[in-house]
Parts: sequence; structure tokens; C-alpha cells
Amino acid sequence: MQERVVIAGFGGQGVMSMGQLLTYAGMIENKHVSWLPSYGPEMRGGTANCNVMVSDDPIGSPIVTEATTAVVMNLPSLYKFEDDVVKDGHLLINSSLIEEEANRDDVEVYYIPANKIAVELGNAKVANMVMLGAYLELTKIVKVESVVEALKKVFGESKAHLIPLNEKALAKGAEQVK
Amino acid sequence: MAKVLMKGNEAIGAAAIKAGCHYFFGYPITPQNEIPEYMSRELPKVDGVFLQAESEVAAINMVYGAAGAGARVMTSSSSPGIALKQEGISYIAGAELPCVIVNIVRGGPGLGGIQPAQSDYYQATRGGGNGDYRHVVYAPSTLQETVDLVMESFDVAEQYRIPVMVVGDGMIGQMMEPVEFKKPKERSLAEKTWATTGTKGKRKPNIINSLFIDPQELEDHVHKLERKHEEIKKNETRFEEYNVEDADVVCVAYGTTSRIVKNAIKKCEEDGLKVGLIRPITLWPFPESAFEKITDKTKGLLAVEMSTGQMIDDVKIAIKGKKPVYFHGRTGGMVPNPTDIENEIRKIAGGEK
Repeated sequence: MQERVVIAGFGGQGVMSMGQLLTYAGMIENKHVSWLPSYGPEMRGGTANCNVMVSDDPIGSPIVTEATTAVVMNLPSLYKFEDDVVKDGHLLINSSLIEEEANRDDVEVYYIPANKIAVELGNAKVANMVMLGAYLELTKIVKVESVVEALKKVFGESKAHLIPLNEKALAKGAEQVK
Repeated sequence: MAKVLMKGNEAIGAAAIKAGCHYFFGYPITPQNEIPEYMSRELPKVDGVFLQAESEVAAINMVYGAAGAGARVMTSSSSPGIALKQEGISYIAGAELPCVIVNIVRGGPGLGGIQPAQSDYYQATRGGGNGDYRHVVYAPSTLQETVDLVMESFDVAEQYRIPVMVVGDGMIGQMMEPVEFKKPKERSLAEKTWATTGTKGKRKPNIINSLFIDPQELEDHVHKLERKHEEIKKNETRFEEYNVEDADVVCVAYGTTSRIVKNAIKKCEEDGLKVGLIRPITLWPFPESAFEKITDKTKGLLAVEMSTGQMIDDVKIAIKGKKPVYFHGRTGGMVPNPTDIENEIRKIAGGEK
């Protein structure tokens, strides 16, 4: 099994950390993982994306060319990555910010109002976790518990109080695609 | 020790400190800035010294000084910054001092760009500095290998009293993979009796120098270096090989490019093609012996690089004209696409080339 994921959006939407948590969780489960960010003269509000590999076998190129899943948080990302998804792959669209529909009819498309759900939970910043929750429910590539464990390591003691909110966001995201 | 998820540049810094490197001199440049950033944060915790120099030239000469005093010392930069350090590297090689230099390569020439490239192969293996010198060049392809080689580099540098360069690219520097810090194999390292640590009135002063005015003396010195280089070729040459003996086509690639080539090879194998890979881990010494296993069955070799073709020279030297050598490359920060590589392999295998 190999998941090749592109996660993309505006800088500040948490696309990099979403990818890192998935990578971290894969490592906790002893899978082969890699995380590759786009880097360059970029700024808050500009576009950002990362490539994540989670695999049972050693990873060759860390660059995702044929994505099994694309998670797009804003419209430019939909345009940029829609065509990279393989047939029957997953395309997760943040419908809070993307009003357009996908052009592809050979992939499984899910519209998730991630920002709306996050605001309802009390913190717009967890929109990324809503998307991650939906992604995990669809692919089951790693357990939600492993992501929570990864969160604990990333957050440390001082931000441990944010864990329940993130757990809720993951669960709400999963509900959207059940 | 358990695995940790780290960014390549930070993992390089961590590996150096774990290998006992307590001195770092550098000057910022993308895409390697996380190395000095990490060192500036972590070295004070081990009573080490992090110093941001006024230029790359100053930084490499600080490395020269620290190495002369017997310290484990490292500098890092990216392509144009490494170009500035070449004078110092030549002096350090001439004075037979150990140090580790990391080049997280970006596109060139000139200031170029900041995306991944392998266009410093000549600079690294042919010597950007003057004179009859060589230095070891490692080219890891995964973060685990990067960490292992950085740690071992300090031992190799001290064993042979020679600069060791670790060459990565923007991708190695920026990506995250799990790494585990393992002690490199034990080497018997001689005491640094040559280091300028102060005579304490008990011995004659040690002199660190690369100036030999008497030609005979200089020739003797260069021959001494040459003998050392031969020892390194014999003992330290490293490569990975995959299905070389039986292959229709043998690819040659190093660093991150080799990972992309592996994907292309897998695709070709699905159609029954036999494709081999030689992955140099040391760029100098170049693993010429790896090419001896190539049989008459092989139709051609394919060198794949993120340059317009630099390593391909060494591939041609190694294959001694016995097989045609083809090239596929992207440059300027563009990364080769596995499908394009696959097509090149198929063309060679099908006799189209």
C-alpha cells in the first residue's frame, strides 16, 4: 500500500502541518514516510503545498507525480493539482472557500466545508484538521490515534489543551465522508 | 535510539553535533539556512561555538583555523557560497587538515536559483580551488544516509587528514524523513600530534602551512597527498548497485535523482525490461569498479543528472568506451520526471538510440 498525497492551499492554512502530522503518524506506525515541501520566495497568503508519502515499502522519489489523493484548501490549488490525481483517486475540496466543482469525473470527489466546521467548533485554525479527519476516514492509511499521538509530540506540554479541539475537528471531518 | 522525524538540514546539524562537532562557521544562503539556524540554537548547549562570519571566505578560513587547532569543525553553504570557499578548501587540503563541508546545491551558474540541482559535480570532484588536491565527496540519497554519512565524515576527515564534502540538494535539505542517529563503525584514529594546541614549553611548535617554496619539497608533499588519495580510493569508495549484471540498460544516478530513477526502473520492470542502477555514494572517489560487472548483454548506459551532464564524464571514463553512454538531465532547479526517464530507458532498450 502506498499513499501519495498532495496537500495544497494558502500559506497559513496549515497545509504544511497537516502533511507533517500525517507523516509523523505514519512513522509512529513504522511505515515508510517522507514529507517534501514546496519552498521558494513565498509569503503568507501565497500558495503552499507539500507532498507526503506513506508506504509499506521503501520510498523512491519523494515527489508526488501521480497522486492517490489531493487535498485542496483553496481555488488556485484545485486548478493546479486536480489533474495530478490518478483515476479512482481521492480529491478533497474545501468547499468553504472553493465554490467551483471539480472537472474530473473519474476520481472520487468530496466537498467538505472545512472552514465552516472549524468556526462552528470555535477555532477557524482547525480547518486543516477537519480535512485530515476526512482524509483518514477515506483511506485509513494511519489511525486517528497515531495522529493524536503525533499532535501531542508536536504541541508539547504548553499547548496540550488544544488536543481535544483538534480531536473534535478530526472526528467532524470523518463524519463528512462517512 | 528511536527514529525521529526531521528536516534534512536540521538532521545534518544534529548529526554533526552527535559526531562531536562543536564548531560551526558559516554565512547564510538558501536552501541550507536551517543548518546554521540549528547550529546557532544547539551548539551553545554543548559549550560549542557557532559563529556567523562576515562572508563565506571568512567562514572557511575560520574552519581552517579551528581544524589546525585539532577541533571537529564544519561549515555549510550552497553553490555560489561554496564557490567562494574554494580557496580555503585548497589551503586546508594542502595543509592536510580534517574538516567537513556541506553543500546543499542550488541551480547555477552565478547566483542561479534556489531550487534543487546537481550542477556542482565538477566543482566538488574536480576541485574548485587550485593545485593537485582531491577531497572526499559523499552524495547521500535519503535523510538516513545523509545522517550516517555526515557522522562518518568527521572520522574519515580525521583518519586521512583531508576535507570531506557532503553534497545534497535543496530537496535533501528541505524534506522530512525519519532518521536514527547511529554510531559509525569504529575507526582507529591517531592522536592529533600535529595540532597547534600550544607547546606548553614541552615541544617544538607545530606549524600549519600549505606553502612549500622548494619545488622538490613541494613535489614530495604532493606525492604524499597522492598516496593518501590512493589509500582513500582503495578503502572508502562506496556505491549502491542494483541488477547490474543482467541489465538491458544500466542507469547511473546519485543523490535525489537516483530516487526518481528507481521509480522509473520499477515502471520498466513491470513490462519485463531489465534495468540496472549504479548509484555512486562517493562522487570522489568515483566507483569505477562498479562498472566492471556490466556484461555484453547491456545495450547502453543512461546517466541521469540535475545538470547538463557532468557526472557523465566519470561514467565514460569508467566504462572505457565499451558501451554507449546516453544522458538525460534537467537543470536550473527543474527536477527530472520519472516518465521522461522511463522513455529514455525504453528507447535505449529498444535500440532506438
